[in-house]
Amino acid sequence: MSETLIDIRHLIKFFNVSSGLLHAVDDVSLTIPRGKTLGLVGESGCGKSTLGRVIIGLIKETGGEVFFNGEDATKFNAEKRAEFRRHAQIVFQDPFSSLNPRMSVSQLISEPLIINKTCKNKQELDAKVAELMDLVGLASRLTTSFPHELDGGRRQRIGIARALALNPEFIVLDEPVSALDVCIQAQVLNLLADLRESRGYTYLFISHNLSVVRYVSDEVAVMYLGKVVEKADNSTLFKEPLHPYTQALLSAVPIASVGPKKQRIILEGDVPSPVNPPQGCRFAGRCMYRQEICTQQTPDLVEVAPNHFVACHCTGHLVRHA
Amino acid sequence: MSENKDILLDIRDLSVQFNTDSGVVKAVNHLNMQLERGKSLGFVGETGAGKTTTALSILQLVQTPPGEITGGEILFNGQDVRKMTEAEKRRLRGGDVSMIFQDPMTSLNPIMTVEEQITEMVQLHLNLKGEAARQRAIEMLRLVGIRPERAKDFPHQFSGGMRQRVVIAIALACRPQLIIADEPTTALDVTIQAQVLELIKKLQQSEKTSMLLITHDLGIVAETCDTVAIMYAGHLVEYADITSLYTTPKHPYTQGLFNAVPTLESPLGSRLAVIPGLPPDPTNLPKGCSFSPRCPYAQPICHEKACGMREVAPGHFVDCHFPLTPESGNKFLERPGKEAE
Amino acid sequence: MKNNSMLKYTLIRLRRNYLALFGLFILILLVVCAIFAEQLAPYGYAQQDYMMIRKAPSALHWFGTDEFGRDILSRIIYGSRVSLQVGLIAVSISLVVGGLIGAISGYFGGKLDMLLMRLMDIQMAIPTILMAIVISSVLGPGLFNLMVAVGITYIPKFARLTRASVLSIKDQEFIEAARAMGASHKRIICLYILPNCAAPLIVQSTLSVANAILFAATLSFLGLGIQPPYPEWGGMLSSARPYLRNNAYMSIFPGLAIMFTILSLNFLGDGLRDALDPKQKR
Repeated sequence: MSETLIDIRHLIKFFNVSSGLLHAVDDVSLTIPRGKTLGLVGESGCGKSTLGRVIIGLIKETGGEVFFNGEDATKFNAEKRAEFRRHAQIVFQDPFSSLNPRMSVSQLISEPLIINKTCKNKQELDAKVAELMDLVGLASRLTTSFPHELDGGRRQRIGIARALALNPEFIVLDEPVSALDVCIQAQVLNLLADLRESRGYTYLFISHNLSVVRYVSDEVAVMYLGKVVEKADNSTLFKEPLHPYTQALLSAVPIASVGPKKQRIILEGDVPSPVNPPQGCRFAGRCMYRQEICTQQTPDLVEVAPNHFVACHCTGHLVRHA
Repeated sequence: MSENKDILLDIRDLSVQFNTDSGVVKAVNHLNMQLERGKSLGFVGETGAGKTTTALSILQLVQTPPGEITGGEILFNGQDVRKMTEAEKRRLRGGDVSMIFQDPMTSLNPIMTVEEQITEMVQLHLNLKGEAARQRAIEMLRLVGIRPERAKDFPHQFSGGMRQRVVIAIALACRPQLIIADEPTTALDVTIQAQVLELIKKLQQSEKTSMLLITHDLGIVAETCDTVAIMYAGHLVEYADITSLYTTPKHPYTQGLFNAVPTLESPLGSRLAVIPGLPPDPTNLPKGCSFSPRCPYAQPICHEKACGMREVAPGHFVDCHFPLTPESGNKFLERPGKEAE
Repeated sequence: MKNNSMLKYTLIRLRRNYLALFGLFILILLVVCAIFAEQLAPYGYAQQDYMMIRKAPSALHWFGTDEFGRDILSRIIYGSRVSLQVGLIAVSISLVVGGLIGAISGYFGGKLDMLLMRLMDIQMAIPTILMAIVISSVLGPGLFNLMVAVGITYIPKFARLTRASVLSIKDQEFIEAARAMGASHKRIICLYILPNCAAPLIVQSTLSVANAILFAATLSFLGLGIQPPYPEWGGMLSSARPYLRNNAYMSIFPGLAIMFTILSLNFLGDGLRDALDPKQKR
């Protein structure tokens, strides 16, 4: 088995909206090693959620390829796609709207098993559901409960159990803890870590919360307006961010401690719209290091240090903001 | 709580409950809290802890029924808000006390221009009319960084961050003595959040307004507030100034909170310390200390009798029989992180 | 779908609404009358007694007699059978057909949606009474044909309602989750979308039964649909018209029957709407 599970090459996803062409994902190339977690960070409109959904085939890509275990998933026929679904699943952000309010816990977790005809009879189905509930820490007495009777943390566990039902290799986690309270968030994050350790899942962890991403990821990619602007090992990215956007993002996170305050980088202006984006570097409008070339030519994602990729014209001259 | 400080807001023994189909929800229980003039207080707690209900009670905006203030006083400038006449309450709301809500899209009127929304306020509270009102509106917008040309735009034409700025402008327009901000930046992107927090801090200092900032984010509190109050299950469990609380938290729940949140500085590869279990059912609060079922430091007396807030260090109050000391260690880290069932 | 909790919760909330309970009580009364008409009615509905023509209410005939000496109380009791049948069956037709059209339209969207909705628009442009008259004339007289005619006129309303519900549910994350699991369109519509549309459809159905009963009475009043001697409240009103001045009771009792039925169904429908609305803070 090769070391790379997911290989995304020049993936593009555009949407036609009334005001023009929305560049949700614009030429993204990434690899995700088997058994590891790739954290994907960015703010609203950067395309990270769309990217996750395109990878597992929930949304059809406009262009590019997604290689899963060496095979191009974008070219799968219906049969292969059904099989692919068993290997690649997704956990959604909102535990309130991602569960059918009219189905009980056991019905919700049985759904993927029933649809994909994984179990031969009812006993097998019930046994598998019980096993999954135990795996994610849901008490067996909750089998007949409905989502609205449970809190956000338990609902999210249902979502996780559902994603694990088909025993996938790859799981996209789209902001899985953003809607949860702090303490429940910790419980669910620990659960995800335990599962990965015991079962060897590969995760794509999408979030806007940098601290959480830092906690769970092996590698991190930063997205801005549909493009990846920086990608590196977890420790490298947070200790020595090179892209001005990454630097601003990290400096914007409030610190829960007293003491000398760090110098904050405050970005001017708003996050621009991904519809008809500007020419050249997408971040140029808000970048304090902006040069002439930045507004004319889009920088490529280049490897500036071992496993550290940056898309910026000014990398060589940058000094990290302390 | 000493008397020689200039207290703007004094909440005494406030209790609020909601009468619902599934029982009586005790949202706020015997809350005592003070806010000094010109200072800012961070009000921290998870969902359901009672923070928003307390804030709404100050403005007498709790929906009654099913809500009901069952006891206590809320003294604003020495006057009990509960005993005010309707006219006095209307002057209070928006005039002396403004509120900033979490979602700027739903707290702005979609069919009024931003200028109109500010002039409406100043006409009501400052008695400015016509051109004078308009000037004030433009001045406020400029204060929050919105160009005068955009005064006649509608809320949907602004982005999330800018809408929140408009909300801040409206809140400050009548020179309130107190601003209550309920999770003002939760719905915003982190870089925008940084902008808005800077703005709030700057304005609060320049206009000398007191602020009650409700949030679940300990980072935001550290950056913007002078004092902190931690709420759990409708009770105030710890209250202190920023430095005291962040360097020596004394309530186990506070310690648990700090340890449950990953930060950019926590060591990589460490496991998050989890507070086991779930917050209590507000219709059926536990006997004794409401945190005791989940507290790793709990002793038998904790399950029997609640403690009540007491001053264990100068200006540092805790509702705990056994407040933490540096020698207590950190029992949350010792546990293997038991999951909820 | 088994939804014990929704049913339980709805009943609890409904219990507090006295008007709705009153409506429910009247409705149960009607159902009992319809089912046990033979046992409850003191006389047959076609039983004529030429000695007792147009007699005012008395101990023998509580509601009096009509122009053929038939007991009005008995005819009203038998009439409930007709009214309820018309209401329930007509609404069933419109619910099933309209619901299906609306669900397919809302779910698939695009040209299919446009085509179906324009067909509905065309139908709505035709006055309902006119359409019912035409359909009735084509199909011929009789109870069943009356039900079909009424049912057809309500299809667009249910189609639009269902379509609106489907559109609002379609974009929710749990639908996306179902697709991520590989669920077929049929499964998604039947298990995910329709069960969640139930609330507005239930309310509309209740109100439409009331409308259908009124409509049937109107058609019978005009001489279509039910043929004598079979009793139908609207028909009874129609034949009582010449005697309005001297034998007002012949009109009053069928009129009251219609009124109470419609009122009770409306109260119940309103109560259900409030009880099923999750946003109601009570």
